[in-house]
Amino acid sequence: MSIPMVETEAGTRGALQGRANRVKLTVKDFKGKVDPDWCPGCGDFGVLSALKQAIAELGLQPHEVVTISGIGCSSNLPGYINAYGMHTLHGRALAVATGVQLANHELKIIATGGDGDGYGIGGNHFLHCMRRNVDLTYIVMDNQIYGLTTGQVSPTSTKGMKTKSTPYGSVENPINPIPLAIAGGATYVARGYTGQVKHLVELIKGGIQHKGFALIDAFSPCVTYNHDNSYEFFKQRTRTLEDMGHDPTNFNAAMEKAYMWGGVIPIGLFWKRDDLPSLDQLEPVLAEGGPLARRPLGVSPEFAQSLIRELM
Amino acid sequence: MRRFDLAIAIGGAAGQGIATPGDILARIFVRRGLHLNAYNAYQSIIRGGHIFLTLRTSDQPVHSFGDKLDILIPLNQDTMNRHLRLMRAGSAVLYNSDKIKPGTAADGVQRCPFSVKELAPTLKGDLVQNTIALGAVLRLIGVEFKVLEEILTLQFKRKGEAVIAENVGVARAGFDYARDHFKPFPFVLPDTGKKLAFFEGNQALAMGGAAAGVRFYCAYPMSPSSGVLHWMARQARQLGIMVRQVEDELGVINMAIGAAHAGCRAMCATSGGGFALMSEALGSAAMMEIPVVCINVQRAGPATGVPTKTEQGDLWQVMGAGQGDYPRIIVAPTSILDCFKTVPQLFNLVDKFQCPGIVISDLLLSEGRSSVDPAELDFNVPIDRGAVIGLNGDSPPPNGDYKRYKITESGISPRALPGTPGYAHVVATDEHDEDGVLISDEFTNPNKRRAIHEKRMRKMEGILPLLEPPGIFGPADTEVTLVGWGSTAGVIREAMEKLAGEEGIVANHLQIKWLVPLHADAIASIVSNSKKTIIVENNYSGQFARYLRSETSIVADGHIRKYDGEPFMPHHIVDGVKAILAGATRNYVPVHEIMV
Repeated sequence: MSIPMVETEAGTRGALQGRANRVKLTVKDFKGKVDPDWCPGCGDFGVLSALKQAIAELGLQPHEVVTISGIGCSSNLPGYINAYGMHTLHGRALAVATGVQLANHELKIIATGGDGDGYGIGGNHFLHCMRRNVDLTYIVMDNQIYGLTTGQVSPTSTKGMKTKSTPYGSVENPINPIPLAIAGGATYVARGYTGQVKHLVELIKGGIQHKGFALIDAFSPCVTYNHDNSYEFFKQRTRTLEDMGHDPTNFNAAMEKAYMWGGVIPIGLFWKRDDLPSLDQLEPVLAEGGPLARRPLGVSPEFAQSLIRELM
Repeated sequence: MRRFDLAIAIGGAAGQGIATPGDILARIFVRRGLHLNAYNAYQSIIRGGHIFLTLRTSDQPVHSFGDKLDILIPLNQDTMNRHLRLMRAGSAVLYNSDKIKPGTAADGVQRCPFSVKELAPTLKGDLVQNTIALGAVLRLIGVEFKVLEEILTLQFKRKGEAVIAENVGVARAGFDYARDHFKPFPFVLPDTGKKLAFFEGNQALAMGGAAAGVRFYCAYPMSPSSGVLHWMARQARQLGIMVRQVEDELGVINMAIGAAHAGCRAMCATSGGGFALMSEALGSAAMMEIPVVCINVQRAGPATGVPTKTEQGDLWQVMGAGQGDYPRIIVAPTSILDCFKTVPQLFNLVDKFQCPGIVISDLLLSEGRSSVDPAELDFNVPIDRGAVIGLNGDSPPPNGDYKRYKITESGISPRALPGTPGYAHVVATDEHDEDGVLISDEFTNPNKRRAIHEKRMRKMEGILPLLEPPGIFGPADTEVTLVGWGSTAGVIREAMEKLAGEEGIVANHLQIKWLVPLHADAIASIVSNSKKTIIVENNYSGQFARYLRSETSIVADGHIRKYDGEPFMPHHIVDGVKAILAGATRNYVPVHEIMV
């Protein structure tokens, strides 16, 4: 079967292409209506700034982007960026994002949220969004704690971590989202660190340009509730995969790096494949006619007659 | 006057091939312009158990599967044992005497045994008896053989000439055997010359969605709602509808909300358990002010309940779905045709008022089948998308002052579709101000909260005048008014006719379709003229009676309730009305005589 190749250069597809006089916007143009209410020092500031920078550098316009989040500290992000946004229910960002993407596949969809939102309450949508290879970029601000609910254990909290809900230390193993995503069908799997914004910008740009499901798990320290996984913790341990000479098209190497945790914690692009079509490319209904949301409604009289004849 | 009124039942175990002869009979009836109502009683089992399909036909409209059987076709001994005792004088029982023993029947029941071994000695397989019985039945009701021959030819076209010849031959053997051995019914099945169509409620809901311009449909399989998914999936590519089977109902409703926000008309269907999972998101659609339609096809609950049985037990669930107060529209179609007509009506309302709309159906309606005049299936319905900016890719001049949740008198604020230049905004499930900026986090502002909450809720006031008020059916001044909601319209109508015709009790009938918002004043004024009011509903606690009481202060004189999983039959209501009017009880619960 031949798969129609879609131009992956951001902002140049379909109807967006035709808009003349594209003004190249700067980071400032993407400033939201209000300033973030995150705690001073929160890692999420770095992610927000990296995201705005990535969007600006890719030459996207605010109306071409939809940021979609769930609930949690990091899920407040859509309110802090000048673009279309949806601040949905806890855990449901990827389900809503899939609906938006399929309804208008010309939009650039950025789903954002935290580790509890994405890997906990939204875990099922995470799995299925990956296997469907929905064309969106999912940025998880991973602080290994529930912050907005004032400090309980999260799916990525380290074993033994003491929190309000695990005062004697967590006895559970954490989720490692990187191998989970590689095995689960994500076609772009990266880890960033909010302490290295430039590096994170490149990962996000790569994710947005990638046609398919891109996960960027971004270490985003919670300065208020997680004193184990601090800036200092990550500063001592993170090392870029680029420096390590990693080949992101090598599955075995990607899995091996994905499981590295300890003295060295790799950040960067673990895994990428471009040979799998995304869900919108596989769906025959989208093969022609542009975005579904823009198509006229109604059933042709001829087809209506054939539907009625089936009943006779 | 009815020239004839005929009910045929085919019963057997799941896997014995009941659907095919049922479809063939239904098709024969509607092609002769005869009316049809069919109900299939079944269980959550793929092989085995007991399936009992009742098809009722008449030259006059039929609104329920009726009270009596004229022809029974038991495909196994179990069916014979269960149902023979209910057959009355003048009826006939057709069965394969090689395998099935008749037992004791009432006087005047014609036994029609046939031997598959004799009539089709070379053929094997359980389905042969069905085809023989089909041929025999048609002979008994005066249908010429060529009608069946044509349908069988069409049915088996893809399987080749040999299969067609075999089936036609077997059917012919049954037809001829009946001519020579059984006594025909005292009428010949007429042909009105005006062909009808037939469909099931789930098809009607799906077709209504297509007519309304649904572009996105998603679901998680759940009986008895899956028929909507199946129809949508089959027609998706021709109609340009995106159809997705999603990982769970949380995903379903949220995906539909996403597609709706992007500008598609989006719909999903489920049953009570799946609907429970959707509750929070329905509130989020109201909070973000996104129009979406969700169908709840009720089955007998709670929990997993009785997946293949009917009930009207989810009214309070849909009315109370999700936390907090929010605007919603709830509608219960009153017939299968009404399922088709209601969906486009509801889409126009939810688009206009930017809130969730819930269709509350049930197994009886959704899996029941009914004839329909094809002229009633008008796909060219009015479509009103409401106040939308950027529809069909339009790019209106940017408005620097755009406020997504602008406070207006109607409560309606124009919604800009993502992708429209100059109108970027955020929709949030957190409480927000006119701009969409959260007011829940940093500085919660009681004045803003009140204003935006009132804006949303004000929409309910605009909806009510657009809903058709309920009207009374039947004479104005009667002994009793029967009140029902949703799917029970047909059976109550027939009970009313029976009360007048056989019992000399004159009743009229009030059926409620639009449940939220409710035409409380109109209902109160109708009921205030009634001498006695009896509420009929398919649940234990009288969910509608309690709702009506809360909204109108109407206290009914009696209740007829049924919660055994099976739908009402007309005589159940007749018996209930008699018992209540006689003062024997205020709450009548009929016994379902048919063991299915």
